[in-house]
Amino acid sequence: MPTGESVEQVREKAEIIDGEGLRRAIIRIAHEIIEKNGGAKDLVLVGIRRRGVPLAHRIAAKIREFENVEIPVGALDITLYRDDLQTIAHQPVVGPTDVPVDIDEKVVVLVDDVLFTGRTVRAALDELIDLGRPRAIHLAVIVDRGHREIPIRADYVGKNVPTSRREVIMVKVQEIDGHDGVSIGEMLS
Amino acid sequence: MIGHRKDLLGLEDLTADEIVSILDTARTFREVLDRPIPKVPSLRGMTAANLFFEPSTRTRLSFELAEKRLSADTVTFQTSGSSVSKGETLRDTARNIEAMGIHLVVIRHQSSGAPHYLARHLEAGVINAGDGTHEHPTQGLLDIFTMREKRGRIAGLNVAIVGDVMHSRVARSNIWGLTKLGAQVTIAGPPTMMPAEVERFGVRVAKSVEEAIEGADVVNILRIQLERQRGSLYPSLREYARVYGVTSERLRRAKPDVTVMHPGPMNRGVEIAQDVADGKHSVILEQVTNGVAVRMAVLYLLAGRDASAEAISESPTVEAKKGHDEPTLSPRR
Repeated sequence: MPTGESVEQVREKAEIIDGEGLRRAIIRIAHEIIEKNGGAKDLVLVGIRRRGVPLAHRIAAKIREFENVEIPVGALDITLYRDDLQTIAHQPVVGPTDVPVDIDEKVVVLVDDVLFTGRTVRAALDELIDLGRPRAIHLAVIVDRGHREIPIRADYVGKNVPTSRREVIMVKVQEIDGHDGVSIGEMLS
Repeated sequence: MIGHRKDLLGLEDLTADEIVSILDTARTFREVLDRPIPKVPSLRGMTAANLFFEPSTRTRLSFELAEKRLSADTVTFQTSGSSVSKGETLRDTARNIEAMGIHLVVIRHQSSGAPHYLARHLEAGVINAGDGTHEHPTQGLLDIFTMREKRGRIAGLNVAIVGDVMHSRVARSNIWGLTKLGAQVTIAGPPTMMPAEVERFGVRVAKSVEEAIEGADVVNILRIQLERQRGSLYPSLREYARVYGVTSERLRRAKPDVTVMHPGPMNRGVEIAQDVADGKHSVILEQVTNGVAVRMAVLYLLAGRDASAEAISESPTVEAKKGHDEPTLSPRR
């Protein structure tokens, strides 16, 4: 889907994870989640809109394959919890938040495509805590690209990719972009 | 997105796309209202002033609640009309608002055009909460939102608006919004209360309430404003109820699953019969709940529209995708 209102022009430089690599990263993350939690009991996966959502569904599918249990999957739209609403040019369209189960006393694994400044995750944590009181919240990301601005870290990482601030990480998923893969690009301007 | 608008003064000014965008955003806020903590931090640090120059309970509470649910600070001022020259008062009010650093102003005023006057003189965003007999855009939006939730669409709906259409700002906002979105609007009421040349806007004028209700998907019943024109435009309340009141008998002419609406407060037994007000077709209390969500959407969309600084964000494209590329007319939900 075209990014329509994206302000910056980006030149794609190279693919750093192909479709197969993304599939393996998801399998590994699923295994790590099961291992860290001693099974799949009380797990809830919550994807951050937009690309975190299909990724959360895929991780859940793998956990179901390995452990034979159905993991509830939710979606979080963090727009209303952003800390920059008054500094962006116009209001982003708000999507729905849909966490279908009670998250009290559950282990919630937040899923997102890229971990960068940490501000998206900060907003997601605030929103989750308004929805209930999980026993624990973990964070799974496909790419950790560094440059954190607040003290947040991921529990499960597909790949660490050192980047410069001018670079852009683009995670592509079949469900939204028509194909799987991760590429690195550079802002033009 | 409602463009780069500073104010919401009437539905006449909005495009169909802008209206749909507000309705879509309102649906998200409707979901927020069902959460264990029905509050989001979006407008933290912003201040909204509610200026009610005309008495109001429901609209004022609805706006205050919407502001609080968005974490804005709120101040409210209510007067029951003043002898001071209105232009003078408003200009002073505007100066005071400016001096107090208020970001959003919600105004109800007995004079049509008062919100427009404030909007011209203020940096702050202005929301019209009802001006004279002109418009009441958030009521129009919440009526249309409720219709869309109930009927699944607006285009092609048969909507009957019954009562004092001429003096009703609610009717005016409904007519603007509904016709823009492709509904077929029919109005009915005492001939003394029918606006002239309304057919120009694609509205049909029925000869009787029965005719207007015939085959309607929605019947929106207007309030008889007892306090404003007692006895002058119709012979008596009893006569009004007999000829123009919406009764279950009359409602049988509508679609079997008709949606009955009323902006409140109701004069039971006058424009709406008791059993219709409390009947299974009535969505009057849902309108009230939806009103908070719709006002949250309007406040949210108008806030932050003038800022120019760069977004603090994750990688620009990724963030841009997250925030921005949901199609505005998303059929997904």
